[in-house]
Amino acid sequence: MCGIVGLFAKSPEVEERLGEHLAAMLVQMSSRGPDSAGVAVYRDPAPSGWSKLTLYSANTHERWGVVRDGLREAFGECDEPSIRASHAVLVVEAEADDAEAWIREHRPDLRVMSAGSVIEIYKETGLPEEFAAEFHLEDFQGTHALGHTRMATESRVTTEGSHPFSTGLDLCLVHNGSLSNHNRLRENLRREGIEFQTENDTEVAAGYLAWRLREGATLEQALEGCLTYLDGFYTFAVGTADGFAVLRDPIACKPAVLAETDDWVAMSSEWRSIAVLPGAADARAWEPEPGVVYVWEKAKV
Amino acid sequence: MAVATTETAELEVVDLQTTSVRELNQRLHDLAGGAPGPRRFRILNPSGAHALACGLDAELEVEIEGHVGYYCAGMNKLATVRVHGNASTGIAENLMSGRVIVEGNASQSAGATGRGGLLVIRGDASSRCGISMKGIDIVVGGSVGHMSAFMAQTGCLVVGGDAGDALGDSIYEARLYVRGSVAGLGADCVEKEMRDEHVTQVAGLLEAAGIDADASHFRRYGSARQLYNFKIDNAGAY
Repeated sequence: MCGIVGLFAKSPEVEERLGEHLAAMLVQMSSRGPDSAGVAVYRDPAPSGWSKLTLYSANTHERWGVVRDGLREAFGECDEPSIRASHAVLVVEAEADDAEAWIREHRPDLRVMSAGSVIEIYKETGLPEEFAAEFHLEDFQGTHALGHTRMATESRVTTEGSHPFSTGLDLCLVHNGSLSNHNRLRENLRREGIEFQTENDTEVAAGYLAWRLREGATLEQALEGCLTYLDGFYTFAVGTADGFAVLRDPIACKPAVLAETDDWVAMSSEWRSIAVLPGAADARAWEPEPGVVYVWEKAKV
Repeated sequence: MAVATTETAELEVVDLQTTSVRELNQRLHDLAGGAPGPRRFRILNPSGAHALACGLDAELEVEIEGHVGYYCAGMNKLATVRVHGNASTGIAENLMSGRVIVEGNASQSAGATGRGGLLVIRGDASSRCGISMKGIDIVVGGSVGHMSAFMAQTGCLVVGGDAGDALGDSIYEARLYVRGSVAGLGADCVEKEMRDEHVTQVAGLLEAAGIDADASHFRRYGSARQLYNFKIDNAGAY
């Protein structure tokens, strides 16, 4: 069992209080996933020509200024790190791929939680309520966000094994369920050049999506491919720079509920998380069909 | 459908913003066996909480104002529980008697393993509706999802809309009535003749459920009795 939540703001009021709503939704899913919690928040786009990295350090006294200096030396400008507990966000004047590659080469002790221009991923072991407080989720403003509460079944309870998993630039995946063919698929994807950092099953699904997108598939096509190539139980929520997508496996043992008002679209494992949102009582609510890809995106101007 | 009330009937209002689910259920359990107290309850702010109004064993009328979480009205005996909203997984699970009415939609495994009583879902039900039903009657105004009435043993499932894939897989003696299309029948489930007695049965269930539909438009599905457990040669294996 795990809990997943997603919130997509349709009004400035919800954008302003995105983190507060996200925290409330996440805490409602504590009983589904008390082992660890995580969020992906889409906010504060990096300027053109710049990119944004979220980094994690196991060292509680990490000197993030040193990391910033290294990036400055390599690329030019880099803003002051924005530090939240064990994570820091660095906005650097470089392509996201290049900045990420630099970190992997020069600071292999750090984990790149996310890379792109708008995404920030934070995740940590422990109760969702503690996580929300430690990372000050209530401060976040943004356009949309995903969250996850984990009850581990397929791999260890670690920060790295927590969700969301980044699947590529500005992409992330949260998962409720378990995959049974992840070992074989991981080996196949490794041969295609996809890198994995853990033995976690969800990371393989994330890697599969990253591979398909790299090969030119649209997000919808990549998700539809999951129906063929992934064996197991899943409700997925995928975050993109512009919105999010939801997919349930054809057997649909894992729950999901969607709801929409004029101000927001929300998804969750259970109604409890949506009930805390403003206007929830009057929201249009429905259960997503098995094997059907649902996508919400910001209208592109 | 209005609940019959009299001016003297005492109504107790329970707000789940200020009362815990455990306190609510204990209050309702305390009325089992005809113990004195109100017979009508109105539950406010359910907010998707789990296990609301479970295990009732008295002729109570419980109205829940909003969406409910998992296993609402499970194991119910005698009471009528009405949900003015949607229901999550396992509404009226193992219903023994009485009635459970969902005004909105129900998620998966509605009425699972129910042994008696009536479950009414005015909207749609999701997958596995009536899974392993053992005597419950289920009337769904809308459609049901895949694997509905899986291993259904007895009782009736009436579906006003469409049925998803693998309807009635490995069914025993339950009767399935569907007005719309059936995406696919499960193993050993076949269409059967809709005789007068079946039209009468559907009409009675629709009336009991307060759902307006023409019983003669329904088609009947049930067991072909061809699976392993129906073969007399295998009787010694049990």
